[in-house]
Amino acid sequence: MRRDTIARLLGVAILLLGAAGCANRIPEDALQLSPESLQRRQAQSRYFDTRDEVAILSASAAVLQDLGFNLDESETELGLIVASKRRDATEVGQVVGAVVIAALLGTRVVTDDEQKIRVSLVTKPSGAERERITVRITFQRFIWDSDGDLSRVEAIDDPEIYQNFFTKLAKSVFLEANSI
Amino acid sequence: MTRKIFAVLAVALLAACQTNSRDQVLATEKSQVALRSIQQRAFDTTDKDTTLRTVIATMQDLGFVIDKADSMLGSVSGTKLDGYQLRMTVTVRPRGETQLIVRANAQYNLTAVEDPEPYQQFFAALQRSMFLTAQQVD
Repeated sequence: MRRDTIARLLGVAILLLGAAGCANRIPEDALQLSPESLQRRQAQSRYFDTRDEVAILSASAAVLQDLGFNLDESETELGLIVASKRRDATEVGQVVGAVVIAALLGTRVVTDDEQKIRVSLVTKPSGAERERITVRITFQRFIWDSDGDLSRVEAIDDPEIYQNFFTKLAKSVFLEANSI
Repeated sequence: MTRKIFAVLAVALLAACQTNSRDQVLATEKSQVALRSIQQRAFDTTDKDTTLRTVIATMQDLGFVIDKADSMLGSVSGTKLDGYQLRMTVTVRPRGETQLIVRANAQYNLTAVEDPEPYQQFFAALQRSMFLTAQQVD
């Protein structure tokens, strides 16, 4: 009876191991166009009334440098700039929370420590006669905690961040940035 | 009887786990032919750069940040972060005089994506932006 229970538990453990470690499946909607994708595209894009794609790319690179990004990759033929920066990810609220929990319970709580922000900026001729250049930018970040473990990976979707970026880009291009 | 089935299942699952991690270098779940039929489609166009730009736009629509692109080689790689890390590479190369072949392969965290459904979804999104039908390649 007892051995039976142990055997069953062992079986369950192996099954769980199989499910967790060896059958790690991609979420069903990972490559599915979401209903929000159009809205997100609008927030992340602006067009400029010019045919000069290289000028837009170079103005974009300058804005990214203004924001402290370092360029990782670029491909002018396809209108692409990839940049990143590593920065502090400490947030006061989290740290205060951790200190309170440590004081009350005597346990150590890990907090966010460091982040890597990545950005890709893509230009594309658009309009009926290719008379415009559309710029689309997307941000994402990796966050490491105070133990040095990767604690979070996420896309950055705040519309204000994108709006602020395009305000800066418009100044850099000396052209009106139009909403698509 | 139930216990026997249970034991067989458990052993089968363990067998799916690896004993030598170096085997991962050349490991795939499916055959080369099966993988290609899942991961590639043909399009009736010869405009490689426009196709690459459409691939980039589609990947952005799907939430990817582009990592790199090469117009000469015809390749685009990107990463999607959403609590998980999904990395995908898409290549575009000519097929005969009138077509291009678009090939995608993805890894989800530490696993290769070898199910047909995610690729069907990707090509469905791509053909919508291409205004061309994604054709199965045999």
